[in-house]
Amino acid sequence: MKPPPFRYYDPRTVADAIGLLGRLDNAKLLAGGQSLMPMLNMRYVLPDHVIDLNRVEGLSYIREAGGAIEIGAMTRQRELEFSDLIRAKLPIMHEALLQVGHRQTRNRGTIGGSLCHLDPAAALVTLAAGYEATVVVVGPKGQREIAFKDFPVAYMTPAIEQNEILTAIRFRPWAAGHGYAFVEFSRRHGDFAITSAAALIEADGAGKITRASVTIGGAAVTPVRASEVEKAITGQKPGADLFRQACESCRKVEAIEDIHAPASYRQHLAAVMSRRALEKAQTRIGQSPTATRH
Amino acid sequence: MTELKRTVALTVNGKRYEKEVEVRVTLADFIRHYLGLTGTHLGCEHGVCGACTILFDGHSARSCLMLAVQADGHDLLTVEGIAPSDEKLHPLQEAFRDNHGLQCGFCTPGMLTTLLEFLRDNPDPTEQEVRIAISGNLCRCTGYQGIVNAALDAAKRLQGQKVI
Repeated sequence: MKPPPFRYYDPRTVADAIGLLGRLDNAKLLAGGQSLMPMLNMRYVLPDHVIDLNRVEGLSYIREAGGAIEIGAMTRQRELEFSDLIRAKLPIMHEALLQVGHRQTRNRGTIGGSLCHLDPAAALVTLAAGYEATVVVVGPKGQREIAFKDFPVAYMTPAIEQNEILTAIRFRPWAAGHGYAFVEFSRRHGDFAITSAAALIEADGAGKITRASVTIGGAAVTPVRASEVEKAITGQKPGADLFRQACESCRKVEAIEDIHAPASYRQHLAAVMSRRALEKAQTRIGQSPTATRH
Repeated sequence: MTELKRTVALTVNGKRYEKEVEVRVTLADFIRHYLGLTGTHLGCEHGVCGACTILFDGHSARSCLMLAVQADGHDLLTVEGIAPSDEKLHPLQEAFRDNHGLQCGFCTPGMLTTLLEFLRDNPDPTEQEVRIAISGNLCRCTGYQGIVNAALDAAKRLQGQKVI
């Protein structure tokens, strides 16, 4: 249970880090370390080189830019959890983060690390899918942007080239007073979700749903948008019967099977979690997120 | 070779240390084997049990999930630095003693460091909040009830006082 031998580098700039990635074979980037360090300790990964991003300047920030919230890749989960801007503009992220690991891991874990690790059960990955977030990566040829729907290419495999680094992610907030909820089923608080659901809904003056996003995390190899549910509830008045019927379609999700649960159980949870998320989101329409106790 | 060995200079419990260390050594092993501070315990070594929790620049972190080289220039607090003196315990430690908050003591260093940060951030917690705060720390003796009672008792004892 000790890390294997490797060479260690702690660059101060993104350019230096990219230079090292281009020069070194079998190198791993170290962000918050809450996934990579256990994998090193258990020797699931055997890198020849570890490039630590913790001393790279300018990668930790939360700011509003062009109608979006841009978050630097090395921003810690703790900083997101305690950010007033996140609480006001992306309230679902605050609710979700309280279910991410524990205080000790959120103090270190970063949003960029979580997205690159790309565990399909990770809350921030599920939210990025639900928001259709934009991922910013930088490589030797400069910067490019990746729509999150194109970001996961396979199980835990992001669409980042060997010599590229994820530097930021942009979320476009939903209208003030939108309904939101992140719910998950796990055996113990802080465990990875066996299945989770993230719901966002906007309603018009007559109370009809005008826009909906429902994402199922942890069930399939990547988070899955429940587009059938979104279509079925848009234009309708929110309600328990509508949500129950619409969410039945989530049972069709191509679910994974592991020691925690069989695929059929995850499919069942997909329907239950998405319904609960929508029901909770409905109660929050028109409410102030900063006054809501998560 | 700078890539295989590094000199780490840091502050632990108010004392300055400077040691040369292999870059692959975890912060937990560094604290125990290089600094001789064996109060920090290692249970699982992959970030599940919480026994190795320390305060890193005032924030709780699992020292088995960090490298010693990452602590260069930083300020750490381990269980040895919690009590104000050799004769006097910290109010949180006293509350643990009075409420049967420990039995074998293996998880205690991680519980104390975790709860120090928690009570600093949340001086008047509910029982449910305490249970969530220690959800990343495993205890196999107490069934947690004594620890929860100790944390709630400590919150009362610490009212109006500086926690850390």
